[in-house]
Amino acid sequence: MAKNTLSSRFRKVDIDEFDENKFVDDHDEAADQQGPDAGDMMAALHIALRNPPINSKNPAIKERAQTVVLKVLTSFKGSDIEPAVKSLDKNGVDLLMKYIYKGFERPVENSSAILLQWHEKAFAIGGLGSIVRVLTARKTV
Amino acid sequence: MAYHSFLLEPISCHAWNKDRTQIALCPNNHEVHIYKKDGSNWNKIHVLKEHNGQVTGIDWAPESNRIVTCGTDRNAYVWTLKGDVWKPTLVILRINRAARCVTWSPKENKFAVGSGSRLISVCYFEQENDWWVCKHIKKPIRSTILCLDWHPNNVLLAAGSCDFKCRIFSAYIKEVEEKPAPTAWGSKMPFGEVMFESTGTSGWVHGVCFSDSGNRVAWASHDSTVAVAEGGKTAVCTSLSSETLPLLCVTFITENSLVAAGHDCYPVLFVYDSNNAALSFGGKLDVPKQSAQKGMTARERFQNLDKKASVDSKEAVLESVHKNSISQISILNGGKAKCAKFCTTGMDGGMAIWDVKTLESAMKDLKIV
Repeated sequence: MAKNTLSSRFRKVDIDEFDENKFVDDHDEAADQQGPDAGDMMAALHIALRNPPINSKNPAIKERAQTVVLKVLTSFKGSDIEPAVKSLDKNGVDLLMKYIYKGFERPVENSSAILLQWHEKAFAIGGLGSIVRVLTARKTV
Repeated sequence: MAYHSFLLEPISCHAWNKDRTQIALCPNNHEVHIYKKDGSNWNKIHVLKEHNGQVTGIDWAPESNRIVTCGTDRNAYVWTLKGDVWKPTLVILRINRAARCVTWSPKENKFAVGSGSRLISVCYFEQENDWWVCKHIKKPIRSTILCLDWHPNNVLLAAGSCDFKCRIFSAYIKEVEEKPAPTAWGSKMPFGEVMFESTGTSGWVHGVCFSDSGNRVAWASHDSTVAVAEGGKTAVCTSLSSETLPLLCVTFITENSLVAAGHDCYPVLFVYDSNNAALSFGGKLDVPKQSAQKGMTARERFQNLDKKASVDSKEAVLESVHKNSISQISILNGGKAKCAKFCTTGMDGGMAIWDVKTLESAMKDLKIV
């Protein structure tokens, strides 16, 4: 009486996948990312922000990009952050904000403090709009 | 520039009559209240009670003096003034979710309703049956339609949707009109045809507007961007990411200038340069009150530091005219080609009327092209 004699294999089916009203984003090709070389910090930042894995669904690629960018961001001196943010264009600032918030999600020792400094400077340039774009972006970094 | 506070609750939607002496608005409930201007006062003259759910859209046809309203009860009513009373006529929209927005077409023989059922109902009056009939535009809409605007040719309809796209559909109904002439958006316009679909912006499209000529369409999106598309062989989309909170409504005031407003509680001007296909920020269109700057005592400074961790003496009160988000903009006179006055209503229950000439002279460097 206590034993379940009926098949419960149906419980393993993800019913949301079969919903005909399910919203599917437009799918684009994935782009690969290369790591920067050590040295000039400003150039490293620009290179790290190039080719973000926005269109990729592969979490490994995104993880790799995130670690690279985080490494570059944490190796900046506090006083260098502002000119670095100023050198980015509008899309660059939005992209930087995305990486900053991604970095907040997984705090490593001391990373949050540096990220908060970056956040303050990026917010001064990008304003609330850049944060709203992080929240509403369908294609995350 | 005049500001009148109607209610303490948000004004869900509003519409003006032809000579701008009466305004119909929904005070965030199931009714529509019509106010008439009397000198500097507004008196409530009619209350339209028929909807069973919140009224989400009102439009007042200037020539035929009919009001169409739509609500969350999945219905739309067309109201006609008989003597001194507004009489409703039910329109069956055949939708199974709330209606979100409604607009009369320029010739006032059709109206379109956007709804949460992922479709647009285009309704027209069938003379033989004395009844409003509706046709649906379904493909390729994937989510709620938030806003609609008609092209001046009475056939094309721009729709902004929660599936992050702004589209232009053809709403050509052969029973009520002739075949339309070719436009910048295409020449073959069967009913339901997608003439244009936006790319490049993400975020729900809160507001959409055709320019006066109909060759340009602008939309405001929830990712804090405004975009303009110009019709042609290949439609050119230009967007501008702003540093402000998302904008909820947008309208053209000349062929090259747009005014938009939203969660930042003040209207903003944008200028579109078609030669470079560039959209730029024109200026903040609010007249700030000069608050008296009194010196802070040491005690106040400490209190601020303790409570807010800042030494700023900025008050917590908004300096803009509207004290809450602006949800709708309407042109009062001048049309979309040379607007002279426009009106904004918002979630603070107030309505502000803005004079373009006064704004131009008040703000330096403000150029309305």
